[in-house]
Amino acid sequence: MEIVLIGVNHKSAPVELRERLSGFLTLNGPAHASLKGQFGLKEALFLNTCNRVEILFTSDLPDQTIEDMKAFWSNGIVQAPGVPLPGFYIYRNEEAVCHLFRVAASLDSMVIGEPQILGQIKEAYRQAVDHRTTGVILNRLLHKAFSVAKRIRTETGIASHAVSVSFAAVELGKKIFQDLAGKKVLLIGAGEMAELAAEHLLNNKVQQIMVANRTLERALEMAKRWHGRALSLEEISTALMEADIVISSTGAPETILFYPEVKAIMKQRRQRPLFFIDIAVPRDIDPKINEIDNVYLYDIDDLQGIVAQNIAERKQEALQAERIIQEEWIKFRSWLEGIEVVPTILALRKKMEDIQQGEWKKAGAALQGLSPEQLKAVEIMAQSIINKVLHDPITYLKEQLAEDKKNEKIDQIQKIFNLIEGMEVD
Amino acid sequence: MDLFFFKCALSLYLLGSLGYILFIILQRKPLARISYGVLWVGFLSHSLSIGLWSMQHGYFPVHSLREALSFFAWAIIGVYLLIQWRFNILVLGSFLSPLASVMMISSSFLPYQNEAVNPLIRNLWLMIHIGTIFVGNGIFAVAFLAGIMYLIQERQIKSKQFGPFYHRLPSLEVLDSLNYNCLILGFPFLTLGMLSGAVFAQYTLGTFWRWDPKEVWSLITWLIYAVLLHGRLTTGWRGRRSAMISIIGFLVLIFSFLGGNILLKGYHSFSAFKDSGPEVRHTEPGKGIHN
Repeated sequence: MEIVLIGVNHKSAPVELRERLSGFLTLNGPAHASLKGQFGLKEALFLNTCNRVEILFTSDLPDQTIEDMKAFWSNGIVQAPGVPLPGFYIYRNEEAVCHLFRVAASLDSMVIGEPQILGQIKEAYRQAVDHRTTGVILNRLLHKAFSVAKRIRTETGIASHAVSVSFAAVELGKKIFQDLAGKKVLLIGAGEMAELAAEHLLNNKVQQIMVANRTLERALEMAKRWHGRALSLEEISTALMEADIVISSTGAPETILFYPEVKAIMKQRRQRPLFFIDIAVPRDIDPKINEIDNVYLYDIDDLQGIVAQNIAERKQEALQAERIIQEEWIKFRSWLEGIEVVPTILALRKKMEDIQQGEWKKAGAALQGLSPEQLKAVEIMAQSIINKVLHDPITYLKEQLAEDKKNEKIDQIQKIFNLIEGMEVD
Repeated sequence: MDLFFFKCALSLYLLGSLGYILFIILQRKPLARISYGVLWVGFLSHSLSIGLWSMQHGYFPVHSLREALSFFAWAIIGVYLLIQWRFNILVLGSFLSPLASVMMISSSFLPYQNEAVNPLIRNLWLMIHIGTIFVGNGIFAVAFLAGIMYLIQERQIKSKQFGPFYHRLPSLEVLDSLNYNCLILGFPFLTLGMLSGAVFAQYTLGTFWRWDPKEVWSLITWLIYAVLLHGRLTTGWRGRRSAMISIIGFLVLIFSFLGGNILLKGYHSFSAFKDSGPEVRHTEPGKGIHN
């Protein structure tokens, strides 16, 4: 039995191919239902997101199943048989398990650390469970993957710090103001980016949003959406008295806020801090105002710089996550090895019990004269002989060993006790 | 016995500092929580040490640099424990506990003196003077550290270069309000300390104010904090300026604490506390005969 993962992702294949594949797999209803039991799949899980199409399965004849799967998928994306599939990766055993862990922990995502992927895997697993395509191994593996993802999230910084411009602005705001609740925001200009930033700020419970725009109509429209206030551009100076965070994104070709103006305003504000976010290109705000005490100015390049730095940090943290993945793989492997010997142990026990039954029948006449107590004693004795005889071979099988040695041992035991027939019947 | 508790306190402070330093490096919250508890136990032990000493001698242990440093450290830790409970700024401990530990280590290297002191020192006004001054000093030490933390954090945000401290230090608003609260709290203690000192001087020396060097430096310290408080309350000084003035104020305070007692001559200097001080010897009749 092997665990195998075949698929394509955003790194290996273009979006057209992923779309075609995903469409093909769900052609005849849910993939879990239509492929159940096909190609020698013992257990299977389909993961289909916008960035990846993958199938995770177990099979007793993995080579055959992989070939069949490849042929089936080639056919699905209308490609001549024999031509290698473009962008496909095939992972087996350790590679497959580690890949699943990486995907679940969002290390294989386009934006490392993004949280959606774990939810998508959980949903895929739920569907697989509904269609009863998972069994002992995948159930265990998936639950393991969920806990690995959680462990990586808490023990490394892969999900910390903003990786989008608007989140970076909110994070900075929190380093200046601690709590954004009760703060007032002034939007100058009403571009799409400003809108996004305003939404994030509202999620952080800012008290009020004021919108100043060249066309008052647009300002009114946006202000209405956020239960805020609309202003004309002339009212900016007065609004600056109240605001704590200013997001500027006008299309104006020249600077609209100058150093002396802001300096004077700060005095009137009694130095209450003011955080300017200038996401306009060309810039709206005189860069010199960053020198004024209690005034903080970030332009789009600064914010993008932070985002780039945070992404680099996440990649650094991802290296740490690899260590966790290796640890968890080792734990999972020892469980897997335990489960591999289970059928052999069961067959061994069954054989012994069959012998016992047989001998019991043969001795039937001779045993008839015994009292119920004596019969009981004989039965207990037979059972205890079985247990003692089996103890050593079972211990021998359960010893922790490398994969190839393990199979050798299973083979030995099966030959010594002639278990092959018994297992085939099973 | 007081020495035993002093040593306990010293060891616990060192342990707490180690925990807090590991906390700021590794950013594992349990480290700080444990260290906070360790500091509490250290503080209780330290209080016991000071209490025992004071009961035995009838006045606070400030007659030598060794005792004064230890008392200062006690005040700083005590103020921190209360501030932590009220404001919950764990990282402050990573700055503050090493400061208190350094004071304690310096104190432990100085000779332990148990000799007789000038009996004038056993006086209620003097107790109030010393007690309030040291509590005020402890509060200003926190303001000083808040100021340093503010400057570090502000530098990072202004320059847009985020170092390892950026994520570890609290926001500017929190640091500024800590500075403000310390000022509001510390100033009355300092004022009360100076007034009670003046009353004591009137009571024992017949004059409220003698232009003793320490008095002068303390007045300068008081003026710095008074100006800062005034600026904060009326014209909205805050942030960087307030942080800088708190730092300068505390440096002057440390100078008047150390300098007033060691470098500068006057009745605040430690040598003046001794029973056999030069001034006293001259006025004592009979000594000359024995010599």
